[in-house]
Amino acid sequence: MNKIFLIIQREYLSKARKRSFIIMTILGPLLMASIFVFSIYMATRQDEKLLIQVKDDTGLFFSKFENNQNYTFIEVTGDLEATKDTLKKRGDYMLLHIPATKLSIPDKAVIYSDQQPTMSLKDYIASRMSKELEKQKLSAEIRKEILNNTPGYKPGADTSAQDLMSETILKNIQTDVKITTIKTDEEGGEKKSFTEVAMGVGYIASLLIYMFIFLYGAQVMRGVIEEKTSRIVEVLVSSVKPFQLMMGKIVGIALVGLTQFLLWILFTFLIITAVQTAMPDKFAQAKPQATQLNQGMTIPNQETAVTAANQDQESSILSDVTDGLAFINLTQLLICFILFFLFGYLLYGALFAAIGAAVDNETDTQQFMLPVTVPLIFGLIVAQTVIQNPASPLAFWLSIIPLTSPIVMIVRIPFGVPLHEIILSLSLLVLGFLGTTWLAAKIYRTGILMYGKKSNYRELWKWIRYKG
Amino acid sequence: MILEANSVTKKFGDFTALNKASIAVPENSIFGLLGPNGAGKTTLIRIINQITGPDEGEVIFDGRKLHPDHIAMIGYLPEERGLYKKMKVGEQALYLAQLKGLSHHDAKQRLKKWFEKFEIQGWWDKKVEELSKGMQQKVQFVVTVVHEPKLLIFDEPFSGFDPINVNLLRDEILELRKNGSTIIFSTHNMASVEELCDNIALINKSEKILDGPVKEIKRKYFTNSYRVQYHNLNGIPYQFNETGFEILDSVVEDDINTVTFRLPSAKGPNDLLSAMLPHVSVIAFNEVIPSMNDIFISTVNAVNGNQVSAS
Repeated sequence: MNKIFLIIQREYLSKARKRSFIIMTILGPLLMASIFVFSIYMATRQDEKLLIQVKDDTGLFFSKFENNQNYTFIEVTGDLEATKDTLKKRGDYMLLHIPATKLSIPDKAVIYSDQQPTMSLKDYIASRMSKELEKQKLSAEIRKEILNNTPGYKPGADTSAQDLMSETILKNIQTDVKITTIKTDEEGGEKKSFTEVAMGVGYIASLLIYMFIFLYGAQVMRGVIEEKTSRIVEVLVSSVKPFQLMMGKIVGIALVGLTQFLLWILFTFLIITAVQTAMPDKFAQAKPQATQLNQGMTIPNQETAVTAANQDQESSILSDVTDGLAFINLTQLLICFILFFLFGYLLYGALFAAIGAAVDNETDTQQFMLPVTVPLIFGLIVAQTVIQNPASPLAFWLSIIPLTSPIVMIVRIPFGVPLHEIILSLSLLVLGFLGTTWLAAKIYRTGILMYGKKSNYRELWKWIRYKG
Repeated sequence: MILEANSVTKKFGDFTALNKASIAVPENSIFGLLGPNGAGKTTLIRIINQITGPDEGEVIFDGRKLHPDHIAMIGYLPEERGLYKKMKVGEQALYLAQLKGLSHHDAKQRLKKWFEKFEIQGWWDKKVEELSKGMQQKVQFVVTVVHEPKLLIFDEPFSGFDPINVNLLRDEILELRKNGSTIIFSTHNMASVEELCDNIALINKSEKILDGPVKEIKRKYFTNSYRVQYHNLNGIPYQFNETGFEILDSVVEDDINTVTFRLPSAKGPNDLLSAMLPHVSVIAFNEVIPSMNDIFISTVNAVNGNQVSAS
């Protein structure tokens, strides 16, 4: 036991002192933190309000644009060229021109501005316009329907009645669709389920496990190949059992990986905290100054109310996310994540070690890598469909079978998985780990002392059957 | 006997690497394990090191069946050897010594002593890849002996060393024996076998075909042959045919005749000398002792030849 500890220690220190490890440990959090800080910065940047002049020649759309905390719409009339000239002189707003059409549906709009309009602004204008157009088309269709189905009806005779009818129908069919899924738990109580949050958490966890298995599994393999090609393995196995050597390497590298993850989380947190303290105004929770800023501009009176309403909406989304996170059993998720993460890595780590022992150099690993990578990649692909339907038979079976279960099960857990399924999956995973380790140890034991022989699957099968 | 292997058999699938091989290594001696390439020497060494286990037979070490505790009492310098290239020399030596069961403190002290002895203290903080191959071999030798094992196994220890370091190493090996260690020595270098080994075992095609003390083996291959160097008296060549001794070889160079005789088993060197002395002036007289090289080649060829004729 003391020897295996020595091996773990050496493995850990030699990997953790590598320049690449240190660089990755520093770069990772910088990258993550900068993404985080950048997105917050982008979000707060929109505090600057955009003033948009609208010249709506059709007269259909202006009333549909609502002012909010980001945009203020003001209608302008008059000559287009003249308004464009004014815009050029002042340059601090945008001009939206919706030209009138004679025959076709007015579905074009032009934005004049000396700066690039944001995607969200274009989306907003487009969605409002298309919604209005749909409404117009629908009422036209309804009118046609009435025309055809009412005998003796004369077109154009009573337009106001037509309009009234279509208006009523429209009102009736227009339904604000808001879906709240209700999940019933065993006690019969009802809980709101927060699908998006569950999806996100599950998928990120699954991706992390996948990455860890691949990155660090490959390191195990490379380590074994290094020991084999440098021939130090022959010296080592005269002091320790091959199994100890293999397990020491796998565990040592696992610890390196865990260290890296922990440091990433810690550093990311530190950087974000540092940035927050350095620029507190960018990250302030409430935004009173935003409203003050708005008041300084020429805006309609109801603007402040709208902003307030939007803030309400925002905070309710925020509380949805926190509620969602609270709904997912975080302790359960965390424990499951660590267990599936650990045993999944151990299961594959042993296989990677066996591959390393079977070859003389890294280029020969290809033929043996395939059966190891296929279930991993398959698991990740299936994980995407599992998000859509976490209770499907495919999701169930792949989250039970040891080779894919670490990746698939963790996606399902945030949606709620019966405890007995988790226990079954975990026990099978542990059994699978013992199985692959037993198999890998046999290949490893023979393989590390074989030089200059191209091995194939038949050769490996022979090695497995050799007696100790 | 510090080590006894009793009819050890090891098979890899259909291939028999060792077939009922038995060796006995006396304590405090140097034991040569000889044989052509692929004969099964490395397999036997791996079994002694408990890297693999025998299929049949047993190995007795120090009066007890081979046990994991014995690992700390055995030092092994494999033929295929290497070190972690990116690791520092001192750190690596410490690691390997600790794997053999030494405490960190003991390992460090002993290593320092050995590094001083070999005058390589300056390498402690160097990375292995900065050292030449010969330097690495020296480090490896130190690592092999640092835990003061009772039994040392050297597989081709001199390969990769320059003549000066070969001498240094040979002296170290002799000193290790003097200090009570037993050494198993596997090599193809027959000159060093003759120089160092007390006993040998010859393995060929997975079977042991010859073993025993070097002196006895040589006696067994004793051919009652003698080499005589002489000057002719008065310039008249002497006709040896009359003496009835078989002439194996005869060379004349710079007035010196060198002739090798084989004597009938009833006769001894004195008979040869007394027959020669009246006629020539003898300047040198040696018994022709078969070299280990000759014994190795003739024994292996004899066995292989028999197998060919038998099949």
